[in-house]
Amino acid sequence: MQYMLAVYGDERAAEGAPREQMTEIVNAYMAYTKALQDAKVLVGSNRLRPTSAATTVRTVDGQTKVLDGPFAETKEQLGGYYLIDVPDLDAALVWAKRCPAARYGTVEVRPIWVM
Amino acid sequence: MSDTSPAHRAAERAARQSYGKLMAYLAARTGDVAAAEDALSDAFAAALASWPAAGVPQSPEAWLFAAARRQMIDMARRRRTREAATDRLLLSVEEAAAGIDPGEVPDRRLSLMFACAHPAIDAAMRGPLILQTVLGLDAAAIAAAFLTAPAAMSQRLVRAKRRIRDAGIPFRQPDQADLPARLDAVLEAIYAAFGAGWPDAGGLDPRRQGLVDEAIWLGRVVVGLLPDEPEALGLLALMLYAGARRAARRSANGDYVALSEQDPARWDAAALDGAERLLLRAGSLGRIGRFQLEAAVQSVHAARRISGRTDWPAILELYEGLLELSGSPVVAVNRAVALGETAGPTAGLAALDELARDSRLAGYQPYWAARAELLARLGWGAMANAAYARAIELEPDPAVRCFLEQRRARLRPNFA
Repeated sequence: MQYMLAVYGDERAAEGAPREQMTEIVNAYMAYTKALQDAKVLVGSNRLRPTSAATTVRTVDGQTKVLDGPFAETKEQLGGYYLIDVPDLDAALVWAKRCPAARYGTVEVRPIWVM
Repeated sequence: MSDTSPAHRAAERAARQSYGKLMAYLAARTGDVAAAEDALSDAFAAALASWPAAGVPQSPEAWLFAAARRQMIDMARRRRTREAATDRLLLSVEEAAAGIDPGEVPDRRLSLMFACAHPAIDAAMRGPLILQTVLGLDAAAIAAAFLTAPAAMSQRLVRAKRRIRDAGIPFRQPDQADLPARLDAVLEAIYAAFGAGWPDAGGLDPRRQGLVDEAIWLGRVVVGLLPDEPEALGLLALMLYAGARRAARRSANGDYVALSEQDPARWDAAALDGAERLLLRAGSLGRIGRFQLEAAVQSVHAARRISGRTDWPAILELYEGLLELSGSPVVAVNRAVALGETAGPTAGLAALDELARDSRLAGYQPYWAARAELLARLGWGAMANAAYARAIELEPDPAVRCFLEQRRARLRPNFA
């Protein structure tokens, strides 16, 4: 089964973090990505630019509107994702727990809809 | 509605046993609990209709499996609209049938229980799910036991089953590292089922009848499959100890009888002996846990049948261990009661006072009943009276309410 591990964290805290800490976090993500590749479970992954770069399109009263900013103002924001292919939820949860975001923020595990 | 003849009960027991095994096997093959249930439910009903008269077949599993296959083929013919889904299911049933000797269905019930008690499933739904999938109880019976509206329970069960399928929750025993925590969730769910049936002491509520026995039966299944897990042994012992005292909780004319006033001669001696053996074996495995400690408390109470007295210091010590382990306010109340018995009512009351700020206890009957007893022993009638009133207000069982009323009436007349 394919699962998306959606990585949520506090952008502002990350922006304000000292350089050494940022380096440490980036290294942790690189090591994690490599571990997923080595285990041959990684389907794809991306890191997102902060929500300050987000634009939202939404229909209000039948009119399509373009709005600056993210879908919703939240304390933690979607910052990236990993798409993995593993046998079941338990395997996905093992990988989610290993994700650096599990230490710094939140990881949401969602199965991909099989069409 | 329910037929209680021995032939019917034997048929029901055999059908349940086979039902659970086939459910577990088909669910594990298809990953789809609801679909496996669809395939089996009519087969189960047909078994209950035919076995009491015709006798339980040599291989109940083979019988049910054959009936389920016929059912599947009918389903596939009837429901053209759900073709893809039924075809896939039919295929997996055929595969499953081809792969095994129908008389020897591998026992995957524990794996099914692990799926139902997965951390991704709402904790409150784990017990109900196990009752439905492993025992085949219907949503209405489960709703009655868990004091929920049938429609709401039915909907939650449907959602939970869909979640098992859609989230990809596996049907297998967890890795050794995760086993103790995951097993705890299974045991908790079984104990929740036991607890749902327990208040119906008189067996007066037909909708809850048998839930205590069903939970004990599930406990035996787990112990049978994991014979060296001390907490599984502890839970089974705990349920057997408590179950052994079932009949003694009511007098001949239906009045509530408190544990301290029960006649040990009315306890089920064989069940108590069985519980003792289980607890001993659990203890020999050298890993203590919540259920073993709770069973040990029951063991001390049960020892009154031999010694004629209750060893309260031992009970206090066990509750202190439990409190350290769980931090549960319910355990803290029991510890305060034990303290009241060993160090006197002032000490017991002081321990309860420390808990007074825990809002979870404001609506917990045993807290108020314990408080009332201790206050009464200290001769503080007005406060005891108020605490009894609160306990009575919170108690749903009329027999227990009546018992509390009688205790209240013993206070000096100007307070009662």
